[in-house]
Amino acid sequence: MFRNVAELVELAESKNVKIAEIMILQEMEFSSLSREQIIEKMDRNLTVMEQAVERGLKGVQSVTGLTGGDAVLLQNYIKSGKALAGDLLLDAVSKAVATNEVNAAMGMICATPTAGSAGVVPGTLFAVKEKLNPTRAEMIEFLFTSAAFGFVVANNASISGAAGGCQAEVGSASGMAAAAIVELAGGTPSQAAEAMAITLKNMLGLVCDPVAGLVEVPCVKRNAMGASNAITAADMALAGITSRIPCDEVIDAMYKIGLTMPVALRETAEGGLAATPTGRRLAKEIFGSYK
Amino acid sequence: MKYRSAFDIIGPVMIGPSSSHTAGAARIGRVARTLFGKQPKKAIISLYGSFAKTYRGHGTDVAVVGGILDFDTDDERIPASLTIAEEAGMEVSFTIEDTVTDHPNTVKIRLFDEDKELELVGISIGGGTIEITELNTFKLKLSGENPAILVVHNDVFGIISSVSTVLANHEINVGHMEVSRKDKGQMALMVIEVDQKIKGDVMKEIEGLENVSQVIRMVE
Repeated sequence: MFRNVAELVELAESKNVKIAEIMILQEMEFSSLSREQIIEKMDRNLTVMEQAVERGLKGVQSVTGLTGGDAVLLQNYIKSGKALAGDLLLDAVSKAVATNEVNAAMGMICATPTAGSAGVVPGTLFAVKEKLNPTRAEMIEFLFTSAAFGFVVANNASISGAAGGCQAEVGSASGMAAAAIVELAGGTPSQAAEAMAITLKNMLGLVCDPVAGLVEVPCVKRNAMGASNAITAADMALAGITSRIPCDEVIDAMYKIGLTMPVALRETAEGGLAATPTGRRLAKEIFGSYK
Repeated sequence: MKYRSAFDIIGPVMIGPSSSHTAGAARIGRVARTLFGKQPKKAIISLYGSFAKTYRGHGTDVAVVGGILDFDTDDERIPASLTIAEEAGMEVSFTIEDTVTDHPNTVKIRLFDEDKELELVGISIGGGTIEITELNTFKLKLSGENPAILVVHNDVFGIISSVSTVLANHEINVGHMEVSRKDKGQMALMVIEVDQKIKGDVMKEIEGLENVSQVIRMVE
């Protein structure tokens, strides 16, 4: 059993296994399911993620009309060859957006770690897949590695926007993805932890200010930025860059920032973008006279 | 530890857009349906707090009704649940409440048919996790951190000891237990929090006890 990232890395290094394996072993102990059953359960989650991305890339619209279609725009832009950022990065961004557009359209997704932040982990996985050509088993491991880091954040800080702001949702998701990318790319457990720390550091203070209280604006685009943040941090860690502040201390800082964040900026739709003139107008248009 | 499984982090598989407003709402509806024991003829759903303010955009309304129709969080019929309910002859109505509740995401569900009715209050605490806080006006207190079951029974002598004997025989440790009843001899409830997951055979054994009418898993 690991309680923090330091213990997680230590366990993986001492047993000379991947972080994914530590998470699988812990799940076996917790659930009394067999390894095969646990892998199969995660395989199903992976399939749901694949289907959501596929659907989003074909173009969807949300019930309110606030979001949808941006994943398609990005894919077309990549195909035009005019993109300034690398294709892999933009592919990840478009696939993260695709997932969250499906989520906003009441489609089926896998909460990762929440529905509002469901795009980052699959978005980066399916983009990196094009370059690293992982096996199905390795893609499932990617999700267990993400889970291991998310598990530490959920238990020691928070993964809820209402409790800790968007840093706790998209911030956590991005850190989880960064760590998993490092492992899939052949990095060490400690490099995975560095990537998580670097990512989360750059998302500290991110408020949860959804327009009209919906999981649409700015949530969809925040998943896009979360995905690019994760890939950049993974590359930095793989290049040998470390975080001066250890991962567990970054998680702790995130939690403390969450606790001191004003309620208006924690999923109440009373502050930030939700409180802008346009945000208020959209809320009124969508929900009539309630506000 | 609030979260114990990898699948609390990667999961649940669900219909969007919100784990608390949609998946949680569907789960509360489904608990009400399970406790009712069959498809009701009529459902009155009262939404409070953030549920009341944002239910349309989040699909909280269709999610609750989907749950009452016994749909899981990932059932693709959820967005069409209002039409499905109508076709199935289930009358559904919503009331939007101004009352400020203890939790921002609160729903009260009342289910009826010719021979019974049920009232349940549930809260959605995040990531799809829920708590049932009230059943037929009985207040239920659950930490939500440990597996818990609800035993519906007749208020008769010896029933508490029969239930706890079953648990003891299976070496299940009780962490917290609450018994409540409206009047002597009437329907009563036991809420039992335990240290480990209660398996299906143990549930069946409790359900088979004399004077026990129903056993429900409240927290996995």
